Amino acid sequence: MRDVFIVGVGMTEFGELWEKALRELITEAGLEAVQDAGVRGPDIDAMYVASASAGRLLGQQQLGVLALDEAGLAGHHVPATRIEAGDASGAAALRSAALAVASGAHDVVVAGGVEKMTDVLEDDATRALASSADMEWEGFFGATLPALYAMMARSHAAEHGTTRDQLAHVAVKNHEHGADNPDAAFPFTTSLESVKGSPPVSDPIRMFDCASPVDGAAALVLADRDTAEQLGGPRVQITATAQASDALALHRRDAITELASSQAAAEEAFAETDHGPEDVDLAELHDVYTIAELISLESLGFYEPGMAATATVKGRTTHGGDLVVNPSGGLKARGHALGATGLAQAAEVAAQIRRDAGERQVEDAQVGLTQAVAGTGGTSIVHVLEGGGEL
Amino acid sequence: MQVPRYWREQSERYKLVGSKCNNCGLRVFPRRSLCPDCRHESQGQMEEVRFEGTGELVTWTRVHEALSDRELETPYLMGIVELDEGPRVTAQIVDLDPEEVEIGMELESRFRKLGEASESGVVHYGYKFGPVVSD
Ligand SMILES: [Zn+2]
Repeated sequence: MRDVFIVGVGMTEFGELWEKALRELITEAGLEAVQDAGVRGPDIDAMYVASASAGRLLGQQQLGVLALDEAGLAGHHVPATRIEAGDASGAAALRSAALAVASGAHDVVVAGGVEKMTDVLEDDATRALASSADMEWEGFFGATLPALYAMMARSHAAEHGTTRDQLAHVAVKNHEHGADNPDAAFPFTTSLESVKGSPPVSDPIRMFDCASPVDGAAALVLADRDTAEQLGGPRVQITATAQASDALALHRRDAITELASSQAAAEEAFAETDHGPEDVDLAELHDVYTIAELISLESLGFYEPGMAATATVKGRTTHGGDLVVNPSGGLKARGHALGATGLAQAAEVAAQIRRDAGERQVEDAQVGLTQAVAGTGGTSIVHVLEGGGEL
Repeated sequence: MQVPRYWREQSERYKLVGSKCNNCGLRVFPRRSLCPDCRHESQGQMEEVRFEGTGELVTWTRVHEALSDRELETPYLMGIVELDEGPRVTAQIVDLDPEEVEIGMELESRFRKLGEASESGVVHYGYKFGPVVSD
């Protein structure tokens, strides 16, 4: 397999972008990524576009072709494919693009992701999130996605003594990070009291434990080593891409206080590199609910089961700690633009490795990890990104 | 949910009908045409079985915000129940106050109205779980 490099990064701001249509969002992110890479449209060999809900909510299929056409590249007849893996769609598009370059099938590939949640009623957006779970055997009986994570939280508390206070610390920390991110949908700090006093959603999960669905797009340009050398810009290498699955329904899993698919993907990703969890400087994790960040930290191997909560409270998951978790603000403060989220995670890690992260720059960022999860863990996708060296 | 799909799954939802693998003895819910452990060796060995409807509460939550495609009065209780025969199901917990709910408690199934589809008007029935009342 060939080495794969991120040579261009583009992202729209995340939030309620009423004035922008889906096709404008993906074009804006794609154009920024292509310009950042210094490639021209005709250099692009293939495109993968992620969206979790476009077909469902907006009645639009062939989203890959829509993005290609909007970029003015339809006449080049290169393949353009839409990728769906629930709220891990963006990471799945990145993985497809990385494998296409690694295999030698293509030299320059764009991975894009877009979501337009505010065009639809709030209830449809909530249902788009819920549809990553098992609609027939969970959703039909009244289980929402927060209800399923709430049940994971209650089991985690029963096994490890996780407290309401510890969950709130995750949200406070991610909002502190997000306050320095100009692209974040919710760039403000919050307090333990505000989180614990926010309206209940599904006990013990409250409103400020939840990531909100927002609009946004992100795109990356990937290239092989020869192309990356010719382009000559800053580069970040994707040193591992791994994907793993589990039962769709939470009740069909052996353990519900861990994400076995994340554990399997992380083990495979670390095996592809020379690194272990202790070598990771920063990680963009799937904090769709505060409990999800704690369970992810444990499943990915950063902490022993039951130890992530105390590490978070002690400041070990922020600047100056063991690793910086969600320096962008995570899904919580940046916002969760489903199909764009996995690519926004990689864009953040790439920016950090390129020393382009401004106020939120992680000191000496060398090795970064991203983890995307669909639903309650039916899919997990892990990437490891590292500095590509001077060439 | 579309009407034909509802009728296809009606017996599972109404009667807790699943499958037993006569190759290894595993019981699964809902029905499967292949045993997840034996896979191809279970071909033609899967027998329909009805579950007793008793089990133990694994975990639970109180839902305050529901999806509005069916009329569900909030808050309501949801749980994962491990049936005595092995498989687990996700279901609403009824006839209990939140203060009375405990992980590990014995529950039994009841058949109740689950809600009405707002589009088709079809009334859905299925299992919920509550405290054991019969001896
Ligand atoms: Zn079997």
